[in-house]
Amino acid sequence: MIQVKNLHKKFGDLTVLDGIDEHISQGEVVVVIGPSGSGKSTFLRCLNLLENATDGEIYVDDQLINAPKVNVNHVRQKMGMVFQQFNLFPHLTIMDNITLAPVLLKKMTKEEAVRRGRELLERVNLSEKANAYPAQLSGGQKQRVAIARALAMNPEIMLFDEPTSALDPEMVGEVLDVMKDLAKSGMTMVIVTHEMGFAREVASRVLFIDQGKVMESGTPEEVFTNPKNERTKLFLSKVL
Amino acid sequence: MTGIQAWFSDFCNSFEKCFIREDRYMLLLNGIGITIKISILAVFIGILIGMLIAMCNLSKRKLPKIFGGIYTDVIRGTPSVTQLMIIYFVIFATVNLDKWIIAAIAFGVNSGAYVSEIIRGGILSVDHGQTEAGRSLGLNAFQTMTRIVIPQAVKNIFPALCNEFIVLIKETAIVGYVGLMDIQKAGDFIKSATFEAFMPLVGTAVIYYVLIKILTLILRQIEKQLRKSDVR
Repeated sequence: MIQVKNLHKKFGDLTVLDGIDEHISQGEVVVVIGPSGSGKSTFLRCLNLLENATDGEIYVDDQLINAPKVNVNHVRQKMGMVFQQFNLFPHLTIMDNITLAPVLLKKMTKEEAVRRGRELLERVNLSEKANAYPAQLSGGQKQRVAIARALAMNPEIMLFDEPTSALDPEMVGEVLDVMKDLAKSGMTMVIVTHEMGFAREVASRVLFIDQGKVMESGTPEEVFTNPKNERTKLFLSKVL
Repeated sequence: MTGIQAWFSDFCNSFEKCFIREDRYMLLLNGIGITIKISILAVFIGILIGMLIAMCNLSKRKLPKIFGGIYTDVIRGTPSVTQLMIIYFVIFATVNLDKWIIAAIAFGVNSGAYVSEIIRGGILSVDHGQTEAGRSLGLNAFQTMTRIVIPQAVKNIFPALCNEFIVLIKETAIVGYVGLMDIQKAGDFIKSATFEAFMPLVGTAVIYYVLIKILTLILRQIEKQLRKSDVR
């Protein structure tokens, strides 16, 4: 589904991604872990072209997406993105947050989008908040709305960039629960997170990225209980 | 008591002489019309030019950036009376347009430079995450700008824009320089015709004050509407 070949990203002189080769298949839940500054968020942002790769190729459904003539908006419509800071639109109600993109991009009529919005809000347990504004919600609720908003476009892939890092500890669980449900439903997901327990439980594969390279890749079992790479061992010894 | 009575009867006489006799109030009423006409058109032109120049200044391309920079620089660096006179007597010298429209263009051109800086600041004040969220949903740059960034920017810059409009209305008091009879010029005219200074000038001040007060109250209400989504 996603094929990454020799991905490089530089910010000025700083090399953030230093040759990543990765294949993500349909239905996989890939959790990306690694120390801060290791390039894991940049890797995720390259996948939906929020960052332009300096070198290398990214294919989504066999289409090369980081080529000059590609319609990036079409590519992004296949991928939902959830941000650390939620980034809900504060001037719109929760329902309008969810329906804006599908209606504006003519994926659905207003009525269809509202119906889908209600379904999604029910799925994230926030039906009663449809007419509230983001400022009236807690952090955990905002992030659940952000997930619903991304799902409203019926994406093939969901990308999560540290979705629980900005949350108070007691709200982390409710967001992770929604993500677990999503994983069970067969959604292809790429998740950057520091929640090791979650990674262990939900991931079909764990990637350990450090210094812009994939140092280790395997099932949670392999990576967490029997890491082969010295850096992985060092990192896990600090966080577990 | 007689002192106050004398003052009061003087005041009434002066009032009658300045505003009632020879239908002089008509001068002021017409002046109000001119001031309002010029101000409204100038505000629209100012916002239009302001948006264009803000886009130029925010652009990543070189040419628009240079153009926007020069525009703001020149307009801010010269007095508005000079700009008004240049636009009226030089640029539009041979163009057959209503006087007040030319004046409105001049004030719009002037206001645009200030409005562009306000708009630019407003757009920059919206968190970049908002743009990223919009783009990540598949919206294009224009849709993201018009549906997500600008609505939030407008709310942030509304007080500053209101201030700019009020300044603009008062600024129009210089249109007498190109022979238009606005409120200020009407007051001045009455002053010359009656040899009274206090009544026509204070009257002029009161008229401006009331106009701006009304406008301020209307703008407050609009701002309240805009702030509906803030729960603080």
